[in-house]
Amino acid sequence: MAFMGDIMNPAPLWQNGPSPGAFYNFPGNSSTFGPGNHSAQEFRAHSANPITTTTTVIGLKFDKGIVIAADTLGSYGSLARFRDCPRVMKVNDLILLGSGGDYADFQYLKDIIEQKIIDEKCVGDGLLLKPRSLYCWLTRVLYNKRSKMDPLWNNYIVAGIQDGEPFLGAVDKLGTAYEDAAIATGLGAYMATPLLREAVDKGNLDEETAKALVRKCMEVLFYRDARAFQRYQLGVVTAEGVVIDDVAEIKHDWTLAHMIHMK
Amino acid sequence: MFRNQYDSDVTVWSPQGRLHQVEYAMEAVKLGSATVGLKNKEFAVLIALKRAVSELSAYQKKIIPIDEHLGISISGLTADARMLSRFMRTECLNHKYAHDAPMPVGRLIGLVGNKMQICTQRYDKRPLGVGLLVAGYDDQGPHIYQTCPSANFFDCRAMAIGARSQSARTYLEKHLTEFADCELQDLVAHGLRALRDTLPNEVDLNNKNVSIAIVGPKTPLKICEEAELSRFLALVEGEERRGGASLAVGDILPDDQPPRDRPDRPDRPEPIPALKEGFRLKISDYKISM
Repeated sequence: MAFMGDIMNPAPLWQNGPSPGAFYNFPGNSSTFGPGNHSAQEFRAHSANPITTTTTVIGLKFDKGIVIAADTLGSYGSLARFRDCPRVMKVNDLILLGSGGDYADFQYLKDIIEQKIIDEKCVGDGLLLKPRSLYCWLTRVLYNKRSKMDPLWNNYIVAGIQDGEPFLGAVDKLGTAYEDAAIATGLGAYMATPLLREAVDKGNLDEETAKALVRKCMEVLFYRDARAFQRYQLGVVTAEGVVIDDVAEIKHDWTLAHMIHMK
Repeated sequence: MFRNQYDSDVTVWSPQGRLHQVEYAMEAVKLGSATVGLKNKEFAVLIALKRAVSELSAYQKKIIPIDEHLGISISGLTADARMLSRFMRTECLNHKYAHDAPMPVGRLIGLVGNKMQICTQRYDKRPLGVGLLVAGYDDQGPHIYQTCPSANFFDCRAMAIGARSQSARTYLEKHLTEFADCELQDLVAHGLRALRDTLPNEVDLNNKNVSIAIVGPKTPLKICEEAELSRFLALVEGEERRGGASLAVGDILPDDQPPRDRPDRPDRPEPIPALKEGFRLKISDYKISM
């Protein structure tokens, strides 16, 4: 009669069930994935904070195109960890893309964008992705990711030629986007934008002046931003196409340094 | 009832290498009323002949707007066309949402083609019984595309599909070189003349049975209202009709013949499949009907 269990000492009724008055809530039940069931720590456990970071990207519009610049340092906190992290990218003959923020997230999205361009080439109808389309697409992707509480921790600058006219726009990690004639992200937003705006307001920027100004900004940022680096990329997009120069190096000069005294 | 041994499923090949069910679906396109599409260097135009089921009913809509830059004209099963038009609208909206730009016409047609192909290759589906003329405008200029139930699609300078459309195609072929450089008005007039050639002698075009859609640069797809229709119809009014009955009769014959396997070789009977008679599927006993 063993199969009948212990008749003399029966197990309590309703064992393994919820306690009286409570609801079933099995582990792995979909209700446990809701936002209410997670602590702030668990959210951060995804990738909600940047690891290997990059700093400023600069974009400046001139009469016939756009110039973009960004240094090549990947920082690990305050440690200057990786010194060759290119982050100015040619998307196609019409678009130049720059990124600041988490380098891994940029690499992830870069692969997706490159695949997008390959797919487009495979269609072979001769149509090219336009900068405003990529700008809009980035907005959708980044906003979607932030809505999953797992943002891509980047600032993007999209530069290109839209139907013959220069286009410059920025998208941040929340999917917030704006267009402007001069854009700088990261610490550059504080230190480079005033210099860029001054030149834009004067008007009539040509390619050489714009490139010189952007180089000047990269130098200022290198001296003042502790996450900046002396090596940087500079890219130009015009109706003729996209050119990304070889990595340039700032000739820095610290002879003035001993005259600066912090109070 | 079988028209022949090899049309029991879409996926069944005839020994001559034909898919009869797909060919029957192509016939469904010829049951719908005629529609014409043509373009010049700037504009793409659709002109359709509408039918009324009875004296009491309204004329059946033939031109479906898809997006600001794109419209279709249908011939065949209206229900299948509505399914396709919903798909095309969704794709256009999604593209605009993600890319802030209108869907390139050729890309959309590629998607439609892929969608239509799937059901020609599965035994539990049927080919769509509708042909489309797509008129659209994008960065590459105006486009006229034709799609078929066989999932082929063609980039056309001008095309006509539907009942007795051979007469319209004959007209279009004859005047093909004039289209590219003519004015919009003349383009529409050409289209109307082509469409009129599909009509029997006792019927004529009027602003009830004609539908015109125009799309071009800075001209969002416009389906013409009655007043404008009358203005366009006046362009071809009173002209002597070419072709007429004699041409139309000639082209009905090939259209009306059902596809047959090797109809011209009575000396070589059709091979018999290695199946007992009782095993033959009876699925195609139903006919695709309007």
